[in-house]
Amino acid sequence: MAINPAYVGKAFEPSAPYEVSRVKIAEFATAIGEQSPLCYDKEAAVKAGYPDVIAPPTFAIVISSAGASTAVRDPGLGLNYAMVVHGEQSFTHGRPLHAGDVVVTQTTIERIRSIGKHTSITMRTEITTTDGEHVCTARNTLVERGEL
Amino acid sequence: MTPGTQLEPKTYRATRLDLVKYAGASGDFNPIHTNERIAKSVGLPNVIAHGMYTMAQAGRYATELADGDPGRITEFSVRFSAMVVVPDDDDGATIEVCGAVAAEQPDPDHVVVEITARQDGTKVLSRTRAVIRQG
Repeated sequence: MAINPAYVGKAFEPSAPYEVSRVKIAEFATAIGEQSPLCYDKEAAVKAGYPDVIAPPTFAIVISSAGASTAVRDPGLGLNYAMVVHGEQSFTHGRPLHAGDVVVTQTTIERIRSIGKHTSITMRTEITTTDGEHVCTARNTLVERGEL
Repeated sequence: MTPGTQLEPKTYRATRLDLVKYAGASGDFNPIHTNERIAKSVGLPNVIAHGMYTMAQAGRYATELADGDPGRITEFSVRFSAMVVVPDDDDGATIEVCGAVAAEQPDPDHVVVEITARQDGTKVLSRTRAVIRQG
C-alpha cells in the first residue's frame, strides 16, 4: 500500500494539554543517564536562571511523539507502521521545557518523499504552552521500508 | 571553541536494563527494544536500542560541552544511520561519541558542534549537530 501524497500539508488537531512534572523530568534524566543537577534540583535550576528543573534536550519526544503517533496511525495516510524505522529527528528549542509547563502539541505533515523502494515522511510538531508561548519545534522523519 | 577543533570522545552504555528504563520513561514500548524473541522474529539480529536512547546519549555529550546545562542546547538534530544492537550481558552495547567544532559558525552567541556516534566502528548517528548557546 502506498502512502497518500495528498497528506502533505495536512495539519492535525492540537493535543490535550500535557503538564511537565519534576518527577517525569527526573525519571527521563535517570533513564538516559543524565546527571546534571539542573534536571533534579530546583534550587540548582533557579540558581542557573530557570524557573524550575529543566528537561534534557530530547525530553520533548515524550510530548511530541503522541501527536506524531496520531498522524502516522491515520488510516487515510496509508502508512504500514510495521515497516517503519526512525530516520531523522530534530529539536529546535526556544527555551528548555521546565517543570510546571503546561503544553499542547500540533502536528503537520511537511513532506512525503520516495527514495527508491522506500518512502519517507517528515512531520513537524510544534510544542506551545497553553498561554501561547512557543517552546519547541520537533521534526520527525520516518522511513517506511518497501518490499525487498 | 575554535572552528575545526576535535573534541574529546566519550563512551556511553546501553544495557538491556537501560532500555527497559527508557521504555518506561519515554512511553515507547515497542518490544523490539526489550524482547529478544520478538526482535529476532521480525528479522533483527537481537534487541536494538531505541533510536531516541542513542540520540539522548549524544545529548549528554552536548550537555557536557555546555558545562552541564542542557538548557543551553538550542538545536539538536540527528540521522539514525544504523541500529545499536544490545547483547544480553552486563556490559551491553558501547556507544562511542565524538565531536568537532563545526567549520562554519554563523552566530557568535552560539557554537555549532558536529557529532558522530559509533558502535564497533559503525556509524549509528550521522549528520548530528548540536547548537550550544555560549555560557
